[in-house]
Amino acid sequence: MNEYTTTRHNEMIDPSLHIWGWEIPVYLFIGGLVAGMMIITGYFIFKGKYKDKACVCGVLPLLGMIILSAGMFALFLDLEHKLYTWRLYTSFKIASPMSWGAWILIVVYPAMAASFFVNVPEYFSKIFPWMDKISEKLQQHRYLIKNIGVINMLLGGLLGIYTGVLLSALGARPLWNSSMLWLLFLVSGLSSAAAFVHMVAGRVDERELLAKADNGFLIIEIFVIGLFVIGMITSTKVHIQSAMLLLSGIYAPVFWVFVVGLGIVIPLIIQLLAVNHKIKHTPIAPIMVIIGGLILRFVIVDAGQYSHWIDAAF
Amino acid sequence: MNPLSRRKFLKISGATIAVAATIGTVTKAIENAGDTKSKGIQKIPTFCDICFWKCGAIAYVRDGKLWKIEGNPLDPLSRGRLCPRGTGGIGAYYDPDRLRAPLIRMQERGKEMWKEVTWDEALSYIADKMQKIKSQYGPESMSMFSHGIGGNFLRHTLKAYGTINFAAPSFAQCRGPRDVGFKLTFGEDVSSPERTDIKNAQCLVLIGSHLGENMHNTQAQEFAETVGNGASIIVVDPRYSVAASKAKYYLPIKPGTDLAFLLAWMNVIVSENLYDKEYVEKYGFGFEQFKAELSAYTPEWAYPETGIEPKLIRATAREMARYKPATLIHPGRHVTWYGDDAQRSRAIALLNALMGSWGRKGGFYYPVSMDMPGYPYPAYPTPTKDKVDNPNKKYPFAHEAITTGIREATITGKPYPVKGWMVYATNLFHALPNENETINAIQNLDLLVVVDVIPSEIAGWADVVLPESVYLERHDDINVEWFREPFVALRQPVVKSPHDQKPNWWIAKKLAEKLGLGNYYPWKDIEEYINHRMTAAGLSFDELKKNGIILGDKQPIYFDEGVPIEFFTPSGKIEFYSLQLQQAGFDPVPKYKRPTIGPPGSFRLLYGRSPVHSFSRTQTNRILSDMMSENEVWINANVAERYDLKSGDYVRLKNQDGVVSNKIKVKATERIRPDCVYMVHGFGHTAKGLKHAFLKGASDAQLLTRYETDPLMGGTGMNMNFVTIEVEA
Amino acid sequence: MARFGMVIDTKKCVGCMDCVVVCKTENNVPEGFNRDWIVQDVRGKNPHLQMEIRSERCNHCDNPPCVYCCPTGASHVHDLGGVVIVTHDMCIGCKACIAACPYDARFIHPEGYADKCTFCIHRVEKGMGPACVSVCPTHCMFWGALDDPNSEVSKLLDSRKHHALIPEAGTKPQIFYLV
Ligand SMILES: Nc1nc2c(c(=O)[nH]1)N[C@H]1C(S)=C(S)[C@@H](COP(=O)(O)OP(=O)(O)OC[C@H]3O[C@@H](n4cnc5c(=O)[nH]c(N)nc54)[C@H](O)[C@@H]3O)O[C@H]1N2
Ligand SMILES: Nc1nc2c(c(=O)[nH]1)N[C@H]1C(S)=C(S)[C@@H](COP(=O)(O)OP(=O)(O)OC[C@H]3O[C@@H](n4cnc5c(=O)[nH]c(N)nc54)[C@H](O)[C@@H]3O)O[C@H]1N2
Ligand code: SF4
Ligand code: SF4
Ligand code: SF4
Ligand code: SF4
Ligand code: SF4
Ligand SMILES: [Mo]
Repeated sequence: MNEYTTTRHNEMIDPSLHIWGWEIPVYLFIGGLVAGMMIITGYFIFKGKYKDKACVCGVLPLLGMIILSAGMFALFLDLEHKLYTWRLYTSFKIASPMSWGAWILIVVYPAMAASFFVNVPEYFSKIFPWMDKISEKLQQHRYLIKNIGVINMLLGGLLGIYTGVLLSALGARPLWNSSMLWLLFLVSGLSSAAAFVHMVAGRVDERELLAKADNGFLIIEIFVIGLFVIGMITSTKVHIQSAMLLLSGIYAPVFWVFVVGLGIVIPLIIQLLAVNHKIKHTPIAPIMVIIGGLILRFVIVDAGQYSHWIDAAF
Repeated sequence: MNPLSRRKFLKISGATIAVAATIGTVTKAIENAGDTKSKGIQKIPTFCDICFWKCGAIAYVRDGKLWKIEGNPLDPLSRGRLCPRGTGGIGAYYDPDRLRAPLIRMQERGKEMWKEVTWDEALSYIADKMQKIKSQYGPESMSMFSHGIGGNFLRHTLKAYGTINFAAPSFAQCRGPRDVGFKLTFGEDVSSPERTDIKNAQCLVLIGSHLGENMHNTQAQEFAETVGNGASIIVVDPRYSVAASKAKYYLPIKPGTDLAFLLAWMNVIVSENLYDKEYVEKYGFGFEQFKAELSAYTPEWAYPETGIEPKLIRATAREMARYKPATLIHPGRHVTWYGDDAQRSRAIALLNALMGSWGRKGGFYYPVSMDMPGYPYPAYPTPTKDKVDNPNKKYPFAHEAITTGIREATITGKPYPVKGWMVYATNLFHALPNENETINAIQNLDLLVVVDVIPSEIAGWADVVLPESVYLERHDDINVEWFREPFVALRQPVVKSPHDQKPNWWIAKKLAEKLGLGNYYPWKDIEEYINHRMTAAGLSFDELKKNGIILGDKQPIYFDEGVPIEFFTPSGKIEFYSLQLQQAGFDPVPKYKRPTIGPPGSFRLLYGRSPVHSFSRTQTNRILSDMMSENEVWINANVAERYDLKSGDYVRLKNQDGVVSNKIKVKATERIRPDCVYMVHGFGHTAKGLKHAFLKGASDAQLLTRYETDPLMGGTGMNMNFVTIEVEA
Repeated sequence: MARFGMVIDTKKCVGCMDCVVVCKTENNVPEGFNRDWIVQDVRGKNPHLQMEIRSERCNHCDNPPCVYCCPTGASHVHDLGGVVIVTHDMCIGCKACIAACPYDARFIHPEGYADKCTFCIHRVEKGMGPACVSVCPTHCMFWGALDDPNSEVSKLLDSRKHHALIPEAGTKPQIFYLV
């Protein structure tokens, strides 16, 4: 038995780290969701689907910008020295994912805006006819449009990856210290986005496509989670201990029930039945996926903060 | 060292000795102290008062604001470094819970309902009551509890008034038994600061002395020094203390059986001829009888008593002998444990005698002091009665007054009534066992005055509460210490009192004037007083103000260095066999008595110190309470598991008399035996004014309803209580 | 350029917390926060126990993740002796550095910025050592240039067994504990 007593009692640090509350997981989730949305939009644009005014890629950019702004606001709420937020943009720190993130956020907005003008939804063009003008101009440069699609996919990918790297770069928290985290968050972002788009898409074929895509993402996610866990439990003692937090420890119920069960497996089954036309499409499965994705961020952020290099009961 | 000052050491009562001398020039107080207008850093030397060690310190005032306090490098007590409590001492000045103005009670005693009054009203009220007590019962019916140097002037006022009853918990609740045990053996006591030569000890034995948690500064420093030098450390403690973690041998003794253990050690040392033969033959008295008495106490006999294996007892006995005479069996300080404490302490003294450590390097040195004449006051009135605390010398070897004796006399009115208590800097509710007796005594009083800095529990029961300036705001009497080298130290104001608090000397002088005893205060202010004493001693007050300390010449402190070898016992020798004790009807060589055991399923309650708190006085100090805001109860890990308790869970403790403590956090630990629990003393405050400390942690004192009085000297053995664990729902 | 570090003798440390108290008064560390702290590390079963007492604080790592992850450059390595410090008015309070430190040495100061031990750089600049080292009653703390083979700290590390905290985290901590 190893008895470890510390006299430190710092707020948000002791007895275990809890510096990040709801804001960061919400932000990370939104980052992933919007990343997925950008990739989907970019894909549709790239594939030329935007030509159909009813294509969901018409509404996604705007929704993405709104949702991402909400995420950034959550991030802003988390900052403790808010008056100095501008300091983020007086330098670029190459080693800091946080700095990368700040700048990525700056560039994804123009990209999303550009994709917005590729296919301006009708209710906007009615009120702001100039929007249609820009759109028309764009339509004349097919090559440019293809590039907008590619850039959205690329930046979406970067955004999604960054949400994972933000945590995995913090080697001090064994649970985050995994080379799979970026993939996990990216795939989870894609599955959430697919689920989301599945709900908002107007066209049946789009829905069908996204449900199928979502099923694919969910299956990949299961594999990635598997790899993530295997990576942990084949590593050092502290990593094994941190993995156990999810597998059998205090975070296990939430992890197994909400993330894996209700967030991946059940919706996957429902959607598999739906795409095979055994049952009707309902929003139930996508909502479960989205909530599962959100809870995944909460679990990882929370359990990660709890995981520790010193293997002792703090 | 001349024999005159040696004898003076024996009369270490703190009584001032009158010497005629002229009053010198008066020097001005630190003018800018606490002046918020002054810029830059001022460094003002003073000495610390967070405990009674009185370390020399230098306080820093930055832009008129008290900033920090450091050790005074000139001072042999602090050696330039304070203990954590001293470093955090500035928190006493900033404490928002401080008393601000004199208070007079409005409702029943103990209800803590007050009205603020002026100093004049408060002192008139007190003087009036005191005069009544004097005319009705005689001045001896006024008594005073006073702890620390701060009380010197109030004591002087009360002596002038005619009181003879003064006591401090430092005797009957602390080091009394030890000093008696050593005095019976060597003819001198250990005193404070202890004359233990820890830094030179090659083998240091700590019997419950938890140095490192007990942060008496020089002791802790010397302890680390000797550990660093590779000394062999032996620790006997039911709890794996900090000191135990530095030990070569840790002996987890069954609580209360130390005397059996000590006897077994001596048995081994004598039977294996491991003692210092020459020393014992030359200076010892009654060794043969002593030796004969010891023969029964074999390690095998001690094993079932103490739980320590015979081979360990032998090994450690031989280890001690290996380093003699630089083997120091530390006499401890707070030794009022089981009521047989003076005899246990005597056994420790005898063990030291066997090692030949008394008067030797690495053992007990002979402390020295400056020759500082007292102030030439008029003589005090001649008492017509004996002291009230120890009627008919019931406790024949008590050489200081017994707090609990005064308390008992106050309850019984015998040998004569006690009607007034002046309480200075001692929180009797935390310091004395069995608070009901304290309350009963208080109910018999006509006057209870408490001089304190915070609204302590005892203040809550007072008729008049007087707010004293904290040590950083006042002068006190100069400190003429008996130590390794002679020195005199000054306490002087660093900052001004923030409200209407006053220093003790001012209170004492004003009260004397109210009592018509102004002639006992021929000086205008304390600086005039100090200056007078300094001048009489041929020393410079200015130098003292500047440096905070004046050192005297080094003098011999060991026999080897020329200290005259004298023992002030009846035989003039080290008394292995004590005829004094025999004549008084006690065991001439200590005998072991098995301690009482608690009800089944209960645990013996032990208590001790945290390095960052002093008794019950620092829990509202925001700096120190930030280090530790509540105490924990240490419970053996297996026991905790049985109760399904984890560290951090809250429980209550219920003692054998049904007293239930405030809730207290569990520390489930391997570091304690399963038959006892342990907590840090001084927490669980119930006085409402102590806002920051109110009901944080549990009070050991509240659970100490039982105590066993030492028949030799009246000390109260307090490790006599047993608790059960009440799990919080 | 010097490389500052600390050497603490756990054999002598008694865990008295003087180093913690003085850090409060010297650096005005607010109530409820600690830049340094004491750890008691107990091994074994009663009565066969061992305890290491350590005074811990920021390790002023040579490979400081807290600096790398900082998006603004507020956390940086000072020119003087490789001390890791935070510039208050560059810090946005994102807490990445707190999460990045395996020792949990940092916290958010009530005024909003990340704070931690500075090795008392304000004293070092004046030629004094850290406050905690200067008060330690057991004289168990040492501070100095680790890259100077003649410094007290280097000599202690040469002559005594020692360890650092969580070296496997790869941070290259610069505080060493003598055992
Ligand atoms: N249960 C239990 N009882 C014990 C002990 C124990 O460990 N447990 N320990 C025993 C020992 S060893 C001792 S020495 C005694 C100590 O006993 P005390 O000396 O009575 O110690 P405290 O309980 O701290 O009470 C000191 C009081 O003085 C006040 N005070 C502090 N500074 C000043 C000041 O500058 N001026 C004035 N006027 N007042 C001040 C404090 O606010 C507090 O109310 O207790 C003994 N009693
Ligand atoms: N920080 C700090 N330091 C202080 C003080 C303070 O208030 N704060 N007070 C000072 C004063 S006035 C005093 S008197 C001293 C008191 O300090 P000490 O004289 O060192 O110790 P005690 O309070 O007698 O004893 C506490 C230790 O004795 C052990 N113990 C309990 N019962 C037994 C037993 O039956 N046998 C043995 N062998 N050990 C036992 C406990 O586990 C604990 O480790 O501390 C002084 N130093
Ligand atoms: S031992 Fe500590 S509290 Fe006591 S006088 Fe010295 S510095 Fe002050
Ligand atoms: S001040 Fe020194 S002895 Fe005390 S805890 Fe700190 S390092 Fe240890
Ligand atoms: S200990 Fe933590 S805060 Fe200090 S330099 Fe290392 S990583 Fe940074
Ligand atoms: S909290 Fe401040 S110092 Fe820490 S990483 Fe963020 S900006 Fe840098
Ligand atoms: S070096 Fe200075 S800032 Fe760091 S812990 Fe020590 S006192 Fe505090
Ligand atoms: Mo004491």
